[in-house]
Amino acid sequence: MADQKNGLMTWIDDRFPLSETYKYHMSEYWAPKNFNFWYYFGVLSFVMLILQLVTGIFLTMNYKPDGASAFTSVEYIMRDVDYGWLIRYMHSTGASFFFIVVYLHMFRGLMYGSYQKPRELIWVFGCLIYVALMAEAFMGYLLPWGQMSYWGAQVILSLFNTIPWIGPALTEWVRGDFIVSDITLNRFFAFHVIAVPLILVALVFLHIVALHHVGSNNPDGVEIKKNKNAEGIPLDGIPFHPYYTVKDTFGTGVFFIVFFAVVFFAPEMGGYFLEHANFIPADPLKTPEHIAPVWYFTPFYAMLRATPSMFGSAFPGVMVMGAAIVVLFFLPWIDRGKVRSIRYRSNAFKYNLFALVVAFIVLGYYGMQAPTDLGTFLSRLFTFVYFGYFVVLWVISKDEKTKPVPERVTH
Amino acid sequence: MANAEQGSLDQSDLDPKRRRFLTTAVGVVGAVGVVGLAVPMLKSFAPSARARAAGAPVEVDISKLEPGQMLIVEWRGKPVWLVNRTPEALASLATVEEAGLLADPLSEMPQQPAYAGGVERAIKPNLVVLLGVCTHLGCAPTYRPEVGPPDLGDDWFGGFFCPCHGSKFDFSGRVYAGVPAPINLEVPPYKYLTETQLVIGEDQESS
Amino acid sequence: MMGRKLIVTALACLLPVFAQAAGGGGIHLESANIQPDNKASVTRGARTYVNYCLGCHSLGYLRYNRMATDLDLPADIVEDNMIFTSNLDGEPHKVTDMMNRTMTTDYGKVAFGVSPPDLSLIARSRGVDWLYTYMKTFYVDESSAATGHNNLAFDQVGMPNVLWELQGLQRAIYTTQKDENGKESEVFEGFEQITEGTLSAAEYDKTIRDLVNFLHYAAEPGRAQRISMGIWVMLFLFVFTAGAYVLKKEWWRDVR
Repeated sequence: MADQKNGLMTWIDDRFPLSETYKYHMSEYWAPKNFNFWYYFGVLSFVMLILQLVTGIFLTMNYKPDGASAFTSVEYIMRDVDYGWLIRYMHSTGASFFFIVVYLHMFRGLMYGSYQKPRELIWVFGCLIYVALMAEAFMGYLLPWGQMSYWGAQVILSLFNTIPWIGPALTEWVRGDFIVSDITLNRFFAFHVIAVPLILVALVFLHIVALHHVGSNNPDGVEIKKNKNAEGIPLDGIPFHPYYTVKDTFGTGVFFIVFFAVVFFAPEMGGYFLEHANFIPADPLKTPEHIAPVWYFTPFYAMLRATPSMFGSAFPGVMVMGAAIVVLFFLPWIDRGKVRSIRYRSNAFKYNLFALVVAFIVLGYYGMQAPTDLGTFLSRLFTFVYFGYFVVLWVISKDEKTKPVPERVTH
Repeated sequence: MANAEQGSLDQSDLDPKRRRFLTTAVGVVGAVGVVGLAVPMLKSFAPSARARAAGAPVEVDISKLEPGQMLIVEWRGKPVWLVNRTPEALASLATVEEAGLLADPLSEMPQQPAYAGGVERAIKPNLVVLLGVCTHLGCAPTYRPEVGPPDLGDDWFGGFFCPCHGSKFDFSGRVYAGVPAPINLEVPPYKYLTETQLVIGEDQESS
Repeated sequence: MMGRKLIVTALACLLPVFAQAAGGGGIHLESANIQPDNKASVTRGARTYVNYCLGCHSLGYLRYNRMATDLDLPADIVEDNMIFTSNLDGEPHKVTDMMNRTMTTDYGKVAFGVSPPDLSLIARSRGVDWLYTYMKTFYVDESSAATGHNNLAFDQVGMPNVLWELQGLQRAIYTTQKDENGKESEVFEGFEQITEGTLSAAEYDKTIRDLVNFLHYAAEPGRAQRISMGIWVMLFLFVFTAGAYVLKKEWWRDVR
């Protein structure tokens, strides 16, 4: 039996690096032994990706990307298809949870300096994943063809309108019509179900290849490869499999308890995951009273609304919103610090990061609300705080007063 | 483990039995979970409520169906034939059987409900109800009630002929021997509501 | 740890966000207080719906036989007693059909200005409290040209006061109040019953509660299955996660 298996494995290994790949990425991928709570969210992002791909494929089997029947086909899935409601709720809840785990994953990177040398490319690939994910979510949100789907897309696509000179022509070209229409829906469907997912999967692959090439960072920000034994194995490293596979299995279990509690008991999440107005079919002649994007876009939406138009153009708002995302890509070079982990960095760094989190949440909150004077004021203030993070980081990281970093990880 | 001495791993107090048991147990529970997730996905492939509604039983009025005539109704998207057989057609059932032309003259294959078996394959002898789908490859056979037409030859006593591959069936939908179709045409479930009202797709209560 | 402090603060910041969950502006909504698991109530609501509402408002995503199954009603009873509509060919709807009205969209437009909307999902878009309030706050208002009735929850509503025989007619009483700046405004005080309905006020409330309960069911017929299945999934996940925790502990004994 064992001989046979070895025989088969040899046969495959002669033709495909199966054992080698398995060892490189699993059984002999040396991960620092001191991963904490925050290190679950990378794996959980991957779990969400798989879940969204699988449920998405099954939704595609009954969904119709057609302005006349899209809304009805979603209700058909919810009512007539056996367990269609479950697949749909998993997908709609999954979108929000995907962003929750990705935001926490990104925050982890900020806290522990996971973007610093030599992990800049991991970070850049991650930022690209984030952008692709936003595109995926935005286009997917049009597909149910409810009022929020429709008017959300109408508003966001109008952003292109503000681009000087080419804006209006570009918007029409993107929509393929003079308003958001069946044509727009059809092309968004193509992007949502095949084009962007392909890009996402490719980027996730690159993200992980880059990660496994340089090795994982850890909450101490200590480079574990500096301390190796005679065989070249990091002293503070443990094999990813089985130690982190069992740990992540537990983490996934906890995550699923939360995730499925929402899927089964609160799929609308009080109107935050499935907005009330989206239970009304799209009507190009009637705007809902209050249009707000889904919560995961609202921090950027708040920045957009907070920026006053200048020189008779709303383009500055779009620029600010775009810059808020673009600036993330440059983080590895903005942070000039030599110490990675928040544990050993200055208080200034800690307060700065704290301010960023508060800014993100406050902006997210006001992005959901109808505009008020106070809201606009706070949105402006915290837009400055958001960008201020990067400026302050650039300044303080030059000659930062840090604590001594230990030689080995603390466990 | 190779680096057990100097590295972070130390298995000196390992209880392999306990570890193997736990790993297997969680593996099995996890596998149950994956199957549990797969079941709803696979069940979503079953005919939906809409398909079932469209495939609901159909009522047919046969009061205007003259002897020798055929009526075609749609049930679950398939053609269902209702033929009011003439006394001659009923007599031909014995003729083809005696000539030894049939593969399954007594309808022993389960191609009909129990109440529509035997030679006539019908609740009331004159009216036969058949699914108009050839048991060979699913073509729609044609109704050929005439006896001995030029294209079908002298040993044709009337019935159904499939133009796709030349399969032959008698007035009861019984298949001829030596043709591509292997078994008799299917009799769908049906019942009489009144003398002239039929329901296709619902079984007659067994009495 | 800084991280933990950050989480706590982050969660604290999120609280007001969720506390302020999607409340519409306008009038104070009365709580519908429905009991979604009370099938008798949903069934009574269904009867009210097919008698008073289905003439104009389709439930285009709900099948009669689905409703029969979910409410434990025999399909032939539903077919014989609850189907009053027919398709555009004039044939009565079958029990496998969607609960569509007989009226065409064009006729609806001519008769009411806008075609009365499909109500399959109204409980999810408007919410049950709004529906309950809306159905209770029709009042006589001669200035409302279209129907002579107005509604507290939906100003200048185009829908006639369909249930007036049950509820009786009522008039809204407004008083004029001055605020600190001396600005005058009309404030709604309450309703005054003009004519008695065939139902008492309590009976009418119950009828509307049942009706709203039915619409709540119609908006998501799979709700009962969702919740009962969810409990099993939760139990399974607790067992699995507990096992995974013990397994993690077991393997991590190796890690020094």
